[in-house]
Amino acid sequence: MPYLGSEDVVKELKKALCNPHIQADRLRYRSVIQRVIRMSKLDQWGQAEVLNFLLRYQPRSEEELFDILNLLDSFLKSSSPGVVMGATKLFLILAKKFPHVQTDVLMQVKGPLLAACSSESRELCFAALCHVRQILHSLPGHFSSHYKKFFCSYSEPHYIKLQKVEVLCELVNDENVQQVLEELRGYCTDVSADFAQAAILAIGGIARTYTDQCMQILTELLGLRQEHITTVVVQTFRDLAWLCPQCTEAVCQALPGCEENIQDSEGKQALIWLLGVHGKRIPNAPYVLEDFIENVKSETFPAVKMELLTAVLRLFFSRPAECQDMLGRLLHYCIEEEKDMAVRDRGLFYYRLLLAGISEAKQILCSPKSDPSLRLLEDQAERPVNSWALDFNTLVPVYGKARWATLSKCQGVEHHGPELPNTAAFPTSGPLIPEENKERVQELPDSGALMLIPNHQLTAECFEKTWLSLKVAHQQVFPWQGAVHPDTLQMALQVVNIQTIAMSRAGTQPWKAYLSAQDDTGCLFLTELLLEPANLQMQISVKQSEARTETLKSFISVLETVIGTIGDIKS
Amino acid sequence: MISQFFILSSKGDLLIYKDFRGDSGGRDVAELFYRKLTGLPDESPVVMVTTGGRGHHDDRHFIHIRHSGLYLVATTSENISPFSLLELLSRLATLLGDYCGSLGEATISRNVALVYELLDEVLDYGYVQTTSTEVLRNFIQTEAVVSKPFSLFDLSSVGLFGAETQQSKVAPSSAASRPVLSSRSDQSQKNEVFLDVVERLSVLIASNGSLLKVDVQGEIRLKSFLPSGSEMRIGLTEEFCVGKSELRGYGPGIRVDEVSFHSSVYLDEFESHRILRLQPPQGELTVMRYQLSDDLPSPLPFRLFPSVQWDRGSGRLQVYLKLRCDLPPKSQALNVRLHLPLPRGVVSLSQELSSPEQKAELGEGALRWDLPRVQGGSQLSGLFQMDVPGLPGPPGQGPSASAPLGLGPASLSFELPRHTCSGLQVRFLRLAFRPCGNANPHKWVRHLSHSDAYVIRI
Repeated sequence: MPYLGSEDVVKELKKALCNPHIQADRLRYRSVIQRVIRMSKLDQWGQAEVLNFLLRYQPRSEEELFDILNLLDSFLKSSSPGVVMGATKLFLILAKKFPHVQTDVLMQVKGPLLAACSSESRELCFAALCHVRQILHSLPGHFSSHYKKFFCSYSEPHYIKLQKVEVLCELVNDENVQQVLEELRGYCTDVSADFAQAAILAIGGIARTYTDQCMQILTELLGLRQEHITTVVVQTFRDLAWLCPQCTEAVCQALPGCEENIQDSEGKQALIWLLGVHGKRIPNAPYVLEDFIENVKSETFPAVKMELLTAVLRLFFSRPAECQDMLGRLLHYCIEEEKDMAVRDRGLFYYRLLLAGISEAKQILCSPKSDPSLRLLEDQAERPVNSWALDFNTLVPVYGKARWATLSKCQGVEHHGPELPNTAAFPTSGPLIPEENKERVQELPDSGALMLIPNHQLTAECFEKTWLSLKVAHQQVFPWQGAVHPDTLQMALQVVNIQTIAMSRAGTQPWKAYLSAQDDTGCLFLTELLLEPANLQMQISVKQSEARTETLKSFISVLETVIGTIGDIKS
Repeated sequence: MISQFFILSSKGDLLIYKDFRGDSGGRDVAELFYRKLTGLPDESPVVMVTTGGRGHHDDRHFIHIRHSGLYLVATTSENISPFSLLELLSRLATLLGDYCGSLGEATISRNVALVYELLDEVLDYGYVQTTSTEVLRNFIQTEAVVSKPFSLFDLSSVGLFGAETQQSKVAPSSAASRPVLSSRSDQSQKNEVFLDVVERLSVLIASNGSLLKVDVQGEIRLKSFLPSGSEMRIGLTEEFCVGKSELRGYGPGIRVDEVSFHSSVYLDEFESHRILRLQPPQGELTVMRYQLSDDLPSPLPFRLFPSVQWDRGSGRLQVYLKLRCDLPPKSQALNVRLHLPLPRGVVSLSQELSSPEQKAELGEGALRWDLPRVQGGSQLSGLFQMDVPGLPGPPGQGPSASAPLGLGPASLSFELPRHTCSGLQVRFLRLAFRPCGNANPHKWVRHLSHSDAYVIRI
């Protein structure tokens, strides 16, 4: 079949770009690229393809880079979304060292993206919305002034509505919060239960920042007395009471009466948990729980029974007179009659705990949820553009990052065997690294220096687990004067690629911080900083996942420099 | 790069199946896809699915679009650009429509040979070769099979090709749904050009009547049956301004925020005279797209004045809706339908409507009020009384003006033939080139606005 595409030149160029020999010869490759860029006679498929080829090329100098960007600028204004997105991706990747260029490009594609979001083709609209969400992760304010474009319309299919609700939830700011909440409130009474629940969850998400307005809406929704609404509202209440303690009061006032409208397991668990933990402030809490206990025989979900056990026990500690009798009944039922072993064991466990002593049991069950002086740092929501630039205009944002990860994991396992030699046989499939860069990359491991990798992310749970499983590899004391400014310290540590997991507030005594870092060989460094108020020194304990003294030494010297510098600023 | 392409009917029958690379399981992939699709909770599926089960084709991504009741599906094993692929699929849909007349289950199954031939030329080993009608026509030999002869005056069949409106009865002829390139013999007979200006309007009006959002998405679409290479010039309204700052002519002017043109449009006369010059290939093509938000020159086509009386004690809900049409008196709106979600548990409805041709009924927890035809400048009203026993409100007795939760927002859907909300008009459509002699080409220029989302909060 003859090649029908565009003109002969183009065909020849495309061939040349794919040819490994030409790719290997940088000068020839460069001249081909220069010619490609200067052509405008490609059709849109050809353009998209060539933009994809260009991703492999790494310009030698800044000058060349900006040359390419200038020549490709017109593609950003193409009428085909595929070409615009291809060009955007190329720009984002080429300009990875120039954040302002990246922001600029994202400003330019705002128009095309928004147009695609309201396009007549539902599928295109969906893909565009997924990419909008991706951009919002890095630039939260990027689409805030266009929030109205993301209002759902009645006739749209579900998957688009759900995406739009997510987008609205993410772009909310001081100016548009009123409008967005008003809109979301309308969705909460939608005919489709799924969509209504998604809208309520979105309001719950916004409530973490704009508590008062959201609490009012959520409380109003309870007045509808509809099962599918009440259960989700109570679940958001539970999350709110946990994350924003300041709204506990409002939650407690709204709760009475909800129990009549909750039938499903999730909702019941949330309600019972709230009654147990905050029962002190809800006058009729014991009576509601008593109703549950009376009906426990007909209860079908074991998880609800477990929750009930814990809640009644907790409430017993704060309101013993009202709860003693029913706690006894519940324990009796769980131990003697219950058939589910997990519930039964839980009952027995609480019973023995109570036998061991009331005050001990209270200490175990009702102690504060975590060390109040330690607060988890806010999830670093503003991820840099570079972290997702490679995924832009691929299927990753459409699937969602998490789902993509599980997908590719499954695939990876099955494919590793036969496919590895294949990839080795095609040297062209990877990015072409200019020769100088290659040398530099090879040089580094030889010198034995410590290289902490940037953007290393460790979750708090993961940190805790690793921390407990390791032994202290090194302990040292640095001189320190005066108070600590956590923000400054965190900034300084970030510069040297050390991540702060958790930190006490300024002025707490004793002051603590937990840090983590990872070097290029995958070795983890976990660190605890401890500042005792009495003696003027900072004690550090470092744990290492692989015992290697040289890297440990260099890590400690890095840490010492940072702490020394910060200490100097203070004094 | 795509591995397979197939077309499924809405019932899941495999109409067309083509494997481009031979690296995948075979025909049962299509069945797998349909199973996945129907297994999804939502009636309308998401864009992609992967086969989760273990099997030979484990890591296949399905990307599909739905077009006139058909599923056009491509599979790929690479992480490719979703935008390009979706564009390709919709371009394929247009192409198939061009060649077979219209896209549908019946036309596809009648023209299987033609579709395969077309796919062969468009894609090679999964890579796009060309999608231009112009180039393709040199290679396509099969003639389209057409079910019945098309008559210019047959108004009953499919109408306007551009907009996917509920009922496109406004089109002047069904001639637009004949194959573009089928009949080499009688090519000279039907030289027709269709030019549609189609606008989609989305509006959000707050409960106090203030306008929260107006958004117009417009398109000028062209379907040409002329031999290609014939140049045409499309003259737009001269007061047409692009961007916020530009000013043209006297009076309010016609303003849009953003315009983008098809790559075959020459813009040398656009700045001075607002003339688009182009040499369209045969078939369908979007000449221009434009958007306009927040600043509409003409008044909105509809205003709704609702008043709600709710007696909490007896659970009686009375809704009085007054609908005013602000179009010029000569225009009219067709197929107007008002959709008003109601609180749960509404049991009965009694209605008083202002004219006999209207209809109102309850369905799916909402009130539906159908008005087949609304003349510009007229005012219609409906009084609806309902019983809502299952909504025990707080004990405030007596009638109150505040609406119960779960009522509204109202949404309207309608079509406005011969009207554009932005005010953009096609002044003229001139063909520079007269095809050899016999007949003057027919030119059809149509304007249409229809609602995308017209929401009024109550």
